[in-house]
Amino acid sequence: MTPLTHLVVAFGALLTTAGAETPRAAKPLIVVATTPDLAALAKAIGGNAVDVKALAKPTEDPHFVDAKPSHIVTLNRADVLIDGGAELELGWLPSLLESARNSKIAAGAPGRISVSQGIHLLDVPTSFDRAKGDVHAMGNPHFMLDPLNVRVIVTQIADRLTKVDPASAALYHANLKWFLGTLDQKLLAWQKELEPFRGAKIVTYHKDFVYLAERFKLEVVETLEPKPGISPSPAHLAQVISRMRSEKVRVILVQPFQSRKTAETVARQTDAVVLDVAQQPGALKNTATYFDLMDSIVHTLATALQEKR
Amino acid sequence: MRTTLLMGALLCVSSTAGAQQIPDSTARRQQRTLDSLSTALAAVNARLDSLAAKPPAPPMAPMAPMAPMAPMAPMRASGAYMNVSFVGLTGFDWSTSKDVGALQVGDHEPHVRGFAIPNAELALDGTVDPYLKAFANVVYKLDSNGETGVELEEMFFLTTSLPGNLQVKGGQFFTEFGRQNVQHPHSWAFADQPLALNRMFGPEGLRSQGLRISWLLPTSFYTEATMAVLNSAGTTTYSFRSEESSAIHGGLPIERAVGGAGDMLYVPRVATSVDLTSTQTLLMGVSGAFGPNNSGSSARTQIFGTDLYWKWKSPTAHQGFPFVAFQSEALVRRYDAAARDGEANPSLTLPSESLRDRGVYAQLLWGIKPMLVAGVRADYANGDHARYPVLDAPEGVNRSRYSTNLTWFPSEYSKFRFQYNYDHRTGIGNDHSLLLQFEFLLGAHAAHKF
Repeated sequence: MTPLTHLVVAFGALLTTAGAETPRAAKPLIVVATTPDLAALAKAIGGNAVDVKALAKPTEDPHFVDAKPSHIVTLNRADVLIDGGAELELGWLPSLLESARNSKIAAGAPGRISVSQGIHLLDVPTSFDRAKGDVHAMGNPHFMLDPLNVRVIVTQIADRLTKVDPASAALYHANLKWFLGTLDQKLLAWQKELEPFRGAKIVTYHKDFVYLAERFKLEVVETLEPKPGISPSPAHLAQVISRMRSEKVRVILVQPFQSRKTAETVARQTDAVVLDVAQQPGALKNTATYFDLMDSIVHTLATALQEKR
Repeated sequence: MRTTLLMGALLCVSSTAGAQQIPDSTARRQQRTLDSLSTALAAVNARLDSLAAKPPAPPMAPMAPMAPMAPMAPMRASGAYMNVSFVGLTGFDWSTSKDVGALQVGDHEPHVRGFAIPNAELALDGTVDPYLKAFANVVYKLDSNGETGVELEEMFFLTTSLPGNLQVKGGQFFTEFGRQNVQHPHSWAFADQPLALNRMFGPEGLRSQGLRISWLLPTSFYTEATMAVLNSAGTTTYSFRSEESSAIHGGLPIERAVGGAGDMLYVPRVATSVDLTSTQTLLMGVSGAFGPNNSGSSARTQIFGTDLYWKWKSPTAHQGFPFVAFQSEALVRRYDAAARDGEANPSLTLPSESLRDRGVYAQLLWGIKPMLVAGVRADYANGDHARYPVLDAPEGVNRSRYSTNLTWFPSEYSKFRFQYNYDHRTGIGNDHSLLLQFEFLLGAHAAHKF
């Protein structure tokens, strides 16, 4: 009986002593974003009024982030959570939120911004069948490379930050205005840079550049994955190679976490070039903001399409 | 609003027209760029106009028409009222021991040579209301004669919005003791449970009916303290008031009713975790389980455990690979057996004695490339025999085991596993076993825990 009593007493003591938390005074709003692209937007809108942290690393596959205990602590202390929402984080966010026990960022709370709400998603399946691979029921969640989607998203973020933290409303509003102005200018420049390649055919590893292709009038003719989430098979790659040859597709896009080796094998046989691009700011050099990131993607694409013309 | 946007558009025109130093070497390209500029501008102007008309409107792409056969999204989309899933585990096993059931004592392990369905579970989970989530797990088990048994493995609610970083779980659940006890067979890295857990918690793991309170401490790194108060009777509280306790102490279990709070099972745990680097995480915990046993009217059992989990994952992980993970748990049990009647010979009274058992395992997993994992594990368990020599029961012998396996996931929803075990049991001998598993998952995919 004694060791048990000791343990119970020790546990009780632990519970009573460490409970006090000092109230914070005019500290920045703690904003947690599931992915670095959302974090970059939150920083642009929130400025000094927010302290932004991303859960996923810019270089890793955002579908498969580890539900590390440190993320539980981060989410527990968040005032605002920004997530993609269209099942991108389905494999890891729900269990983190369950442990984080933070009602400020629960679904439906003002502090929860699920940015896919308000976005017209592409690739929405008309039937649910996993024979087609790991298709997201709500549609393709990689929607951030369409600047017009980002327009909707930053507006949403500014609205919500204002709601949660009305004291900094003027700052959020000014930042939003600046961001939208810059975005409009940039969109024009990006469209101009890619306009000569209207209809150009490209190959990607995963179905993660469909929104970019849709906005800038490119055509993704194949993916190296036979189906979303299914690893490339030799038979499928052979098919990709023959299609690339017959349709003269000379560009393959890969993200830092995808298999460059597979892409290189295909490229060697099709006289194509493998382009290192990333959807997450910070994954590649000089891509800290959304604008830098898009500049880099658009420029890399335009240069390669020009060279391989 | 409209005028500002138009002004913006005009600004765009002037600024982009001025910026002719586009990184472009050929004059041909510049000409074409200029030609296409007006087209692009017109498009953007039209877009801006429409945005000005209804600001938050989604982008240009036409909305998909709502077809009559459009999917019932609310039923299948995640988080909508209830997630339903079904996990089916099938196996084929061969061992040099004919008595496979004595070698593989876990409930979700093969018990005969040949085919097996060690686990088939229906899992339901969802959000009840703004305050609660709930989870239920119904398990169908086929015994060695093909007879199906059904058990309510888990069924609990979980609070979502208690103040003070507290959380309460209530119902029947795998208790937070160590690392693997809370995991379902679907999440195990090997086809069988570690011997240490078999020895302390029996074939089904430590779970019972009760309440658990958890507190996430306000420390800068993750620290969580949990305390569970549970009923202490039944097969799933193997080291406590279990009808099978004679396998531990060799005596006849007594009928022991709950007299007071001391007759409940208490399971405290503290776990803490730090990120060693941005790619390495360490998670450690200490747990205890304290409650009455039924060798006598005031006999008690204490179990202590420590656990450690370390994981490295590549900064450019694809589908979660590559990774390396190390996991280890060590447990000790002190089972205070009262003076009791012998099971084999009730006329003989066995003296009161304190039986100590120890168990430890360590496993290393290597996620080689997407969807392929290799693992090695070493297992050891030993214990005091009761002085009365009835304990030829295979559960009680000193034993060690070395396992190696390879798991391949054709997709996130299925897996093949090939495992080899080398077993040594003191007084029984050495055995070699081959365990093959195939598992499939239908329906919602629950989020992974760390």
